[in-house]
Amino acid sequence: MKENVANKKKTPAVPAAMVQGILGQALPHDSAIMHVQGSAPYIDDLREPVGLLHIAPGYAMDGARGRIVSCDLAAVRAYPGVVRVLTASDIPGRNDCSASIGGDPILADGEIIFHGQVVFAVVATTRDAARRAVRLAVVKVAPEKPVVTADDALRLGTPDILPEYTFTRKDVNAVIAASGQGVLDSFQIGGQEHFYLEGQIAMALPDENRGMTVLSSTQHPTEVQHCVARMLGLADGLVICECRRMGGGFGGKESQAAQWACLAALAAHVTGHPAKCRLDRDDDMIMTGKRHDFRVSSEAGFDDDGRLTGVNVEFDARCGCSADLSIGVNDRTMFHADNAYFYPALRIHSRRLRTDTVSNTAFRGFGGPQGMVFAERLMESIAIRTGRDALDVRKRNFYGRGRDMTPYGQQVTDNILPELVGKLEETSSYRERRLRLSQFNENSRVLKKGLSLVPVKFGISFTLQHMNQAGALVLVYTDGSVQLNHGGTEMGQGLYIKVAQVVADVFGIGLDRIRIAATSTGKVPNASATAASASTDLNGMAAKRAAEEIRDNIANLLARDWRVQKAKIRFEGGMVAAGSKLMSFAEACKHTHQARLPLSATGYYATPKITWDRPKAKGRPFFYFAYGASCSEVTIDTMTGEMRVDRVDILHDVGKSMNPAIDLGQVEGAFVQGMGWLTTEELVYDADGRLRTHAPSTYKIPCASDVPEEFNVALYDSKGNKEETIFRSKAVGEPPLMLGISVWTAIFSAVANLGNRTIPALDTPATPEAIMHAIKSIRA
Amino acid sequence: MAMARETIRFLRRGNVVEHRVNNPMQTVLDYLRLDEKSMGTKEGCNEGDCGACTIVLGRLSNDHVIYEPVNACILLMGQLHGRELVTVDDLTIGGKLHPVQQAMVDQHGSQCGFCTPGIVMSLFALHHGAEKPDRRVIVDQLAGNLCRCTGYRPIIAAAQQSCTGKAADLWAESASEIVAELKKLNDAEDVFCGNGDVFLAVPASANSLCELAARHPDATIVAGATDVGLWITKLLRTLPKLIFTGGVASLHTVADRVATLSLGGAVTYAEAEKHLAAISPDLGEVLRRLGSRQVRSSGTIAGNIANGSPIGDMPPMLIALGTRIVLRKESEQRDLLLEDFYIDYGKQDRKPGELLWRIDIPKLKSNERFFAHKITKRFDQDISAVMAAFKFAIAGRMVGSAVIAFGGMAATPRRARKAEDAIKGLKLDAPETWERAVAALAQDFAPISDMRASASYRMETAQALLTKALHELVGERPSSLRVLTPAGKEAWT
Repeated sequence: MKENVANKKKTPAVPAAMVQGILGQALPHDSAIMHVQGSAPYIDDLREPVGLLHIAPGYAMDGARGRIVSCDLAAVRAYPGVVRVLTASDIPGRNDCSASIGGDPILADGEIIFHGQVVFAVVATTRDAARRAVRLAVVKVAPEKPVVTADDALRLGTPDILPEYTFTRKDVNAVIAASGQGVLDSFQIGGQEHFYLEGQIAMALPDENRGMTVLSSTQHPTEVQHCVARMLGLADGLVICECRRMGGGFGGKESQAAQWACLAALAAHVTGHPAKCRLDRDDDMIMTGKRHDFRVSSEAGFDDDGRLTGVNVEFDARCGCSADLSIGVNDRTMFHADNAYFYPALRIHSRRLRTDTVSNTAFRGFGGPQGMVFAERLMESIAIRTGRDALDVRKRNFYGRGRDMTPYGQQVTDNILPELVGKLEETSSYRERRLRLSQFNENSRVLKKGLSLVPVKFGISFTLQHMNQAGALVLVYTDGSVQLNHGGTEMGQGLYIKVAQVVADVFGIGLDRIRIAATSTGKVPNASATAASASTDLNGMAAKRAAEEIRDNIANLLARDWRVQKAKIRFEGGMVAAGSKLMSFAEACKHTHQARLPLSATGYYATPKITWDRPKAKGRPFFYFAYGASCSEVTIDTMTGEMRVDRVDILHDVGKSMNPAIDLGQVEGAFVQGMGWLTTEELVYDADGRLRTHAPSTYKIPCASDVPEEFNVALYDSKGNKEETIFRSKAVGEPPLMLGISVWTAIFSAVANLGNRTIPALDTPATPEAIMHAIKSIRA
Repeated sequence: MAMARETIRFLRRGNVVEHRVNNPMQTVLDYLRLDEKSMGTKEGCNEGDCGACTIVLGRLSNDHVIYEPVNACILLMGQLHGRELVTVDDLTIGGKLHPVQQAMVDQHGSQCGFCTPGIVMSLFALHHGAEKPDRRVIVDQLAGNLCRCTGYRPIIAAAQQSCTGKAADLWAESASEIVAELKKLNDAEDVFCGNGDVFLAVPASANSLCELAARHPDATIVAGATDVGLWITKLLRTLPKLIFTGGVASLHTVADRVATLSLGGAVTYAEAEKHLAAISPDLGEVLRRLGSRQVRSSGTIAGNIANGSPIGDMPPMLIALGTRIVLRKESEQRDLLLEDFYIDYGKQDRKPGELLWRIDIPKLKSNERFFAHKITKRFDQDISAVMAAFKFAIAGRMVGSAVIAFGGMAATPRRARKAEDAIKGLKLDAPETWERAVAALAQDFAPISDMRASASYRMETAQALLTKALHELVGERPSSLRVLTPAGKEAWT
């Protein structure tokens, strides 16, 4: 204690860098300064270990489905630099990298089930040699006619990959039949390629005693750990998976990262050398799953004011060749088929179609966006049929008093949409612009405008209950510096900085005192995927608890020493203080250690209040809802189908923002990604089941000029999440993606204006060709 | 070439690098990451479309240096010769971020950070470019840098913060030294790395180039490598003999005469753009939308012509303008109409060893009007589904003659002769008579369906574009979304 008193004199009474209220500050991304210098290492940037081998996967150039008749790899093996060619027979354990019920071979065994499925993998001394050797393989398949699209599967009646699932309320057909008006509709929703800028990559390093460390660009290190262990026939404890950062994920590295990690681990296992597997962009786009595409068929009844009486909708999803995460994805489509609207009577039916195409997977929104595109198309359709303003129709159908039960039996108790939408209606000058727009359309022969204001309501929590938990490990050193570990991964969304802010806040120290460690299964076990937007909610709370436990140890000690109440002890500005007593946080840590008290702790959090009985389709699957709204104005060229977004206004609810800069970035970025999905991003498969758009030259994500100059984005002035979340904030990763729907509905509305109460045959994405097709459907 | 230097030479971090290239096919990205171990520059797509690998090359133009962004993934080592190479690893000096880096941090312009190095380099080039770029120039500069996270708004803000003043960095401070060094590097000596079977050559004179091309008719002639680069990175072709045209100063000649614009065989889009845009704003706009800033800095007009792609944007426009090209083999030259150069899909009238030497583009006469438009899924940096170009010669209130050329409608860029015939004599004041001429396009072309568009959409759109052009011809306000871009906003609001 004497030593500490002595030290105290050296510490300035008022710290120079007083850090107060670090939560809520618009701080840059934790790696921003490294990002701009190119010095933030991604896996491919890490110093390569001696003897590193490189892997390139190979597939059958022809055929999508069929028995492998022959696989001649002699020329591949003979290519200079090739060390080994891996096939299914090299796998000592289980040949499957599925995140769910199986069906995803790491290497094809006897047959292929989609075009681009990996049949063999070349291991060579250079990546170039591996890639060149791959081309020398002759893989022959006895091709069967593939089932390519959802419509193919429906027409051919092939067995579904997963059982169907239904939500019902009342006799919907009777209700619709008795309604004043109705609309019968069918349309397609396209898929979406993730196009993370950093492609799939993993590097495996053999450890002692058969163990394996895998560095993987993955949203789910635990899943990778399990897959690798299972494949090698090892106990989970012998495998460590680590991820410091990803160059984007968006759901594409939730389950789909495992295969490349497995190939790297298999090569390392077989050769005894470290091995790296980095996919070329075209391979990445051909070999990994995408957002599910759908055929949506529906019938709805409504009254003359446009208020719904009943909705009967069938979602037929192309799941691809295996189950992957399709249960959760399609369930979420159903959970969000209502978006923000009360359906008095309903039948929401979902079929999960098997096709001979790559297995579709998680993608930001996880099926929710597709459900909501349906709901918003329905609102526009009702507006077309009733001749009413689409925003009025939407408002009339909002959840409200006595109309607050979702199709799955969760009551909507935190609805802020009437207020939020009202505000956006005002700030976007919606009504005024509607009038101006009509004038424009009357005076313009070829160019026509559309305007649409769309709300978003998105349920937060994994619908698979057990995933709603998280762990953290906080290590404090005797100089008061901190190492922070938790189960969430960083893919650019700012999770790491937000959780670090939480810990800095608990200890009252600056972020410069916190080292954010790579996510590792060796530090925090059994972590859930970084997904479902919930990672800050989960990991932030877990880290808070861990940090609080350590802080309690310090506070208890100092309360005793200083003879003050523990509650009087404050941690702020890098200091620990109570009344006139003052000590630097570093000193306090050293002191705590000397008193033989722990300076490390794990924290654990499980989301409260949630319940879900899937067989009965009843419960409270979501802890709370996140809300937002967007208003988009577009112009279409009715002779060519070209489209331009003229203006976008967004108001989005993030509760109490932990970091407004990060949250705003999520909102803007998600909107643009959603807009791209529904406009320029088109996945084209040919009749043989081959993806024709497997590079950025043919698959077009938005670029800078696609973002309107008038892009007004604001965070909703929230009183905070009604539920007790970390800092009363709300999840932000996925919900704003659905804000992009307003661009599509604006196009839909612009096309509909050309006709007389006809529903345009506009699918998504609304490419120029799709828009022309819709225009023709109206004029026909 | 007997006395050729056996290394390429380029300026890097203030030093001259003399590098003997062992593998002529090596890309600059691989050189940076695998040899130099400079890991800042990232590989996103390996085909020049995403911009994650953007680096900046400084080239001498008279007595100053022009900094241009290029895609390192499809840039070959021969293209570094005589240039200054700047990468993201170089910008922070003494721990102080470059102004564009600082702006990216201030504006929260990075999320996952993987596209960020490329974006920083595009902004670095902009920092050294136009002094007051407006938003349109900024988004154009960024068209070749895909970002999947931010939605671009903060990146545009970072550009506005850091690129609207005079360049203020080490490169601006040491401009005169850099100019002096680059002058020394461009000393008119040929470069030949390798042997007779595997080599990389950067001839410094027209004679050396012709001599070498004649001696190695099997060699690949490389100008911008925006196509050849993909033969290597994607098709994994082996190209043992590479002859680069970029070192021949005379091939960079742009001769802007009263009636003709002549472009040398190594003139890049960037070098030609303002001259081409002066011929017609439509030509300028298509050019602006062609590839990205990166592609236009490397790629050449001659390359776009020579590779014979049915979906190249320049050929239809140049054909409509009546362009002639000059081919040269050793000292022999021949000259032909560009439209006659295209024989069939992938087949051009170019003999082995023959070089596309010069492009002569007739300018519009006072009675001529030119229109061009490309149809794509995404406005910027997308390959055309349909590329239309029209030149009408007016005679009184009639169309005296028309030259119509399309890309994306046939196996080669091709004229629409039937439609041209039908248009001849068309009365400008009788729009009801135009339909027959427009319909004639259906006899000219039988387009295919592919991932960019269906056959029927291609045909209908081709016809729509001709209709639009005729309406514009009679003085109607253009009905294209192009005029709705920010620059032309006043026109309609």
